[in-house]
Amino acid sequence: MALTLGLAACGDGGTEAKPADGGSSAAASDTVKIGFMGDLTGPNAGIVIPPRNGAKLVIDEYNKTNPAVKVELVEYDSQGDPSKAVALAQQAIKTDKVASMIGPAFSGESAQVGPVLEEAEIPSITASATNTKLAENGWKFWHRILPNDSVQGPGIADFIAGAAAAKNVFVIDDKSEYGKPLADAVRAQLATKGAKVTDDSLDPAESDFSSVVNKVAAAKPDAIFFGGYYAAAGNLLKQLRDKGVKDAKFFSGDGSLDRGLIDGAGAPNAEGALVGCPCYIATPDVTDAKVKGFADAYKAAFSADPSIYAAEGYDAATVFIEAIKAGNTTPDKINTFIGTVDLAGVSKQVKFGPNGEVEAKDIYMYQVKDGAITLLGKAAEAKLG
Amino acid sequence: MLNDFVNQFWPATIDGLAFGSIYALIALGYTMVYGVLRLINFAHSEVFMIGTFGAMFVPFVLGINSALTGLALVGVIIAMILAGMLASAGTAIALERIAYRPLRKRGASRLAALISAIGASIFLQELFALLVIPEVFNRPQQGRIQMGLPRLMERTELFSIFGHSVRVDQVLVIVAAIGMMIALDALVNRTKIGRGIRATAQNPEAAVLMGVDINRIVRMTFFIGGGMAGVAGALYLISYENTNYYIGFLFGIKAFTAAVLGGIGNLRGALVGGVVLGLVENYGAIFFGSDWKHVISFTILVLVLMFRPTGILGESLQQARA
Repeated sequence: MALTLGLAACGDGGTEAKPADGGSSAAASDTVKIGFMGDLTGPNAGIVIPPRNGAKLVIDEYNKTNPAVKVELVEYDSQGDPSKAVALAQQAIKTDKVASMIGPAFSGESAQVGPVLEEAEIPSITASATNTKLAENGWKFWHRILPNDSVQGPGIADFIAGAAAAKNVFVIDDKSEYGKPLADAVRAQLATKGAKVTDDSLDPAESDFSSVVNKVAAAKPDAIFFGGYYAAAGNLLKQLRDKGVKDAKFFSGDGSLDRGLIDGAGAPNAEGALVGCPCYIATPDVTDAKVKGFADAYKAAFSADPSIYAAEGYDAATVFIEAIKAGNTTPDKINTFIGTVDLAGVSKQVKFGPNGEVEAKDIYMYQVKDGAITLLGKAAEAKLG
Repeated sequence: MLNDFVNQFWPATIDGLAFGSIYALIALGYTMVYGVLRLINFAHSEVFMIGTFGAMFVPFVLGINSALTGLALVGVIIAMILAGMLASAGTAIALERIAYRPLRKRGASRLAALISAIGASIFLQELFALLVIPEVFNRPQQGRIQMGLPRLMERTELFSIFGHSVRVDQVLVIVAAIGMMIALDALVNRTKIGRGIRATAQNPEAAVLMGVDINRIVRMTFFIGGGMAGVAGALYLISYENTNYYIGFLFGIKAFTAAVLGGIGNLRGALVGGVVLGLVENYGAIFFGSDWKHVISFTILVLVLMFRPTGILGESLQQARA
């Protein structure tokens, strides 16, 4: 899944319109702006609102302590559209003068916005963009707080061939910057495990997937993997089950880890569907005190359990807040701070490598049970019940 | 490859017929308006979109969230089709009144009407995303997210062809679409209004001299074309159980293609074009993969137009015999 978090805290900016360029004006700042960019009202907003909420939680908590330097979260609703995202990034840099950015949420928009933030030297952390290539641009200000698709794809594929013991797998992608490479990684890994792989692609803008479904029905696979977002995944799963493809286990990646999958497919059709994710979702029965504290605070603030990327959004914002607490309010200093950070987050131990990738590499498996998404465990260890 | 085709032939045929029927019903709106006004109503895709939401309104208001059976199911389906027709036909008439007639009266060029259509189309999409879906359907902040319909009709197998099951929803779509086509054909060829439509299509000036009220005929044309898109919207919703504010976009392009493929301005051509397009898409996907679906359909369109520039059936509404 491709969600990038960009935090752009613009160093100076003082209270309002102080024409500070780039943020080198030091001590005067009493408000630092952090941007959040992603699809907040578009078709896949369901996986972007939770990290936004997670980030908001950190920042609200921080501001409540009445610090000398306040932090303002500025939201940029790109609707997942790369061209909108670039325009919004310009606005964030030039008009709002953010000091850092959480996002952009998706990989497609991240690929476009990355160079813009890089040129303006605004540090960003994405909490959800998982396209592998994003880390290969040599960007110095870009970070990702979860493992990428080259970790996710093989992790899920190992689970399909291992715990799920599937020998004949049908892999479908949505041709997107996120779905295609993820599905390709799954295909490659499955092939090394000796599983028979059949493939096809679909156009997520369409609503009739019958040509794909007919191929799946003819191939009689024991597992199906879909690389794409939940809106299409839900419709695909419904049409598969309606066509009588009932026994094949349905797998997908983090882009489909949302209630929208269950709503789109219908609860009976979605039952048992398995979704892998490099993200960690705190389920209500969690025992770890730190995670539980986060889950309770999240629930109190947004009257919902934390869902996909909420913990990652929370951790990304925490990194920036820690930077500001340590007296780093300019983009440059914040970026230096991120390079040295090593803190225990909610989702993982947060420590970034030189290419901006987080060092922890765990993939988690989730399963739909009784119409709800539940955590099975780490993909390497989880068992099917 | 050939083996795949043999295995998937029947399911692909059934799906192609069902989806092609929906294309055909939408294509009628393009073809009728073109026949009478020589105008491509590019906002027709939104007429379809509004039809899906009109149909959605019925189960939404009744608060239905589980499958129905027997008379209740039949009643709800009929109500959904009527609501879809009403919403779509109303939209089409409003479009004609607001976006086209003022231009036509002032003798504006067809290009102006085209821009007006595109503007109306974007306006309607955003109206639904920003206002209608959040407010009327009570989905705040979710105007751009797909809206699902609870399962109304269980997907029971009606019969099977060579071991491939044919479901009741697929049969409903095909039968209802054919029913509407027959009714429309009779309307255009056998009624007074139909004669007026054909007369206007053949020669608007002569039709006026013969006492045909052109404005009324144009209104009727939009009304009927819109109604057909409404039926398509309701049938689509019942079988695919989802819709969103931009659903008209792809359907609009495909239905317009179907209209041109069959012969624009020709009612039966719209039916043929829709069904051919639905089938070709599904057959092509078997050979080349589903990602080639759109490429295949438009390649076929270009090939057909190279050899038959007026489309498969060619003959247009104004040349139709009385």
